Amino acid sequence: MSLQFIIDGLLTGSMIGLGAIGVTLTYSILRFSNFAHGDFMAWGTYATLAVVGTISAMFGKVAPITPFSFGWPLIVALVVGVGLTALLALLLDKVLFSRLRKQEQAIIVVMGSFGASMALRSLLEFIFTSRPTYFSRAIQIAMPVGFGIRITPDQIALLLLTAVLVLGVHLLTTRTQTGRSMQAMSQNPALARIAGIDVASVVRVTWVIGAALACVAGVMIGVLVQIRPLMGFDMLLPMFAAAILGGIGSIPGAVLGGLIIGLAEAGAVQLIGAEWRAAVSFIILMAVLIVRPIGLFGVRER
Amino acid sequence: MIDLVGYGAFFLTTALIFSLVTLGLNLQWGLTGLFNVGLAGFVAIGAYTSALLTTPDDPARLGGFGLPILIGWLGAMFAGGVAAALTGIATLRLRSDYLAITTFGVAVVVQLVALNAQKLTGGPFGIGFIPRPFGDLAETPLLFNLSNLAIVSAVTLAAYLALEHLTRSPWGRVLKALREDERAAISLGKSARFYRVQAFAVGGAIMALAGALQAHFTGFIAPDNYLSILTFQVWVMLIVGGSGSNAGAVAGSVLVWAIWAGSGALTSVLFTPEQQARAASLQIVAIGVMLCVILLVRPKGMFGERPRRARFGKRTKATASESGS
Repeated sequence: MSLQFIIDGLLTGSMIGLGAIGVTLTYSILRFSNFAHGDFMAWGTYATLAVVGTISAMFGKVAPITPFSFGWPLIVALVVGVGLTALLALLLDKVLFSRLRKQEQAIIVVMGSFGASMALRSLLEFIFTSRPTYFSRAIQIAMPVGFGIRITPDQIALLLLTAVLVLGVHLLTTRTQTGRSMQAMSQNPALARIAGIDVASVVRVTWVIGAALACVAGVMIGVLVQIRPLMGFDMLLPMFAAAILGGIGSIPGAVLGGLIIGLAEAGAVQLIGAEWRAAVSFIILMAVLIVRPIGLFGVRER
Repeated sequence: MIDLVGYGAFFLTTALIFSLVTLGLNLQWGLTGLFNVGLAGFVAIGAYTSALLTTPDDPARLGGFGLPILIGWLGAMFAGGVAAALTGIATLRLRSDYLAITTFGVAVVVQLVALNAQKLTGGPFGIGFIPRPFGDLAETPLLFNLSNLAIVSAVTLAAYLALEHLTRSPWGRVLKALREDERAAISLGKSARFYRVQAFAVGGAIMALAGALQAHFTGFIAPDNYLSILTFQVWVMLIVGGSGSNAGAVAGSVLVWAIWAGSGALTSVLFTPEQQARAASLQIVAIGVMLCVILLVRPKGMFGERPRRARFGKRTKATASESGS
């Protein structure tokens, strides 16, 4: 078996891991599994695509930065897209989730997220149709790096971007006051409130981080694979599995879980066939739930 | 006029099959509080099991065992019940969200098997030639539709009466007690997990039966019938009808299916054929927004019971008597 699956797995794993950070944060701080998280991914990607389109309409065709397949418009558009996705999440929280949370039945919020997911996804299909699109149709030449492994410049850039983002979020949650407030909220919301933590701002930061990373993960899928309205929904099961495998609430766990699932998927594609890829996360999920439900880095709930 | 009666019978048959799924979901969610977002998977398991058991022999895939339809339906209920029980055993000791995520995964895997295990499920082209209960009447559509309606009504009515009976039985009361106050019920010696697995399995069996009915009613099944949109429709039906009430589950199903079929007919009149796929997605957006609005504004639906208010009342009474003594 060729070792190429390691690169493929690391890339898929980065996308899953970035998404799983959002899932795990929403789960541990807002206390519900957000089925609309995948749709933040898709919406972020389409928002970025729309901004790229606007830029090229204003400035004409921009040459890509060699050796990459994309130019500065995509980088600018990604930043704008991240902002728009965060706005979408905050808006959805204001209109729907914050009100459902007041009913104090966690599962009602899950159901609301399920309805919101269906509506968001179908709205994308309505606006952009279900036909796949691409950021760039250029074909990149993969460079051999030894051991039979090949990698394109885009892939290297995106792996580095993932590493920087994960490190950044990790530092934010462990070294800053905001991060400590988030941890306090996830461990004991009532006590956190009494201790004077601004709950509303913690909730906002949680949504912004989750949505921003979802948008980046979506754009990664867009650059490396393709853009479809269903792209986020298809990532939902791997993201949940990664978050649970890593242990709910743990950011390094979510990323590691994502990488494990990505590598397992890539390995399964080589050994069994691409059509069974989606079953991998289910099998890992069931194994974790049966053997070690708190995950790799999880803490037992009190 | 005859056409209208025929269409009415066809519409009601579909609506009642949906009611059956909703009744199963009501047992799981309404009565027991178990969140199933993969019910399309259980419906598919029932449809495929019954199709495999009853279709004539087909060299291209496993079986076609040519068994009687009734055996197919019983087999479907068994398969659906076992699948649901296994899901429940694996996850019901954990937080409720984990069950939701697992059922979601079940639906994904069932969809994958339906698409890829060609030897078992016929792959993307599905399974045809599923025997229909009144196949010989197909020459006269009206009679055919009416007899289908009669048999589906009979099954739905039987399921409804059985569930009403179960709800009032000691078994149903334990489920309600577990949903309302788990600790109190456990302290009375009831095993929460065991009862929940039972309820989840029975619910799964009912959903599978509905899938089997649908398969024998249309005579053809394919993986596309069991996408997440089905799960979503049934949830809206239950929430509109009001979770916890069997009558609400049936009424909600008929109402939502009427809205769905009506808006579908409207879009096919209003939009050109090229635009219809887009218009159909707008239909889903509308239903999704409707679900969220009902959850926000009227979470108990048309017929739903309100469990938490009663609990709150009891608690205040208890504190009042405490302070009195």
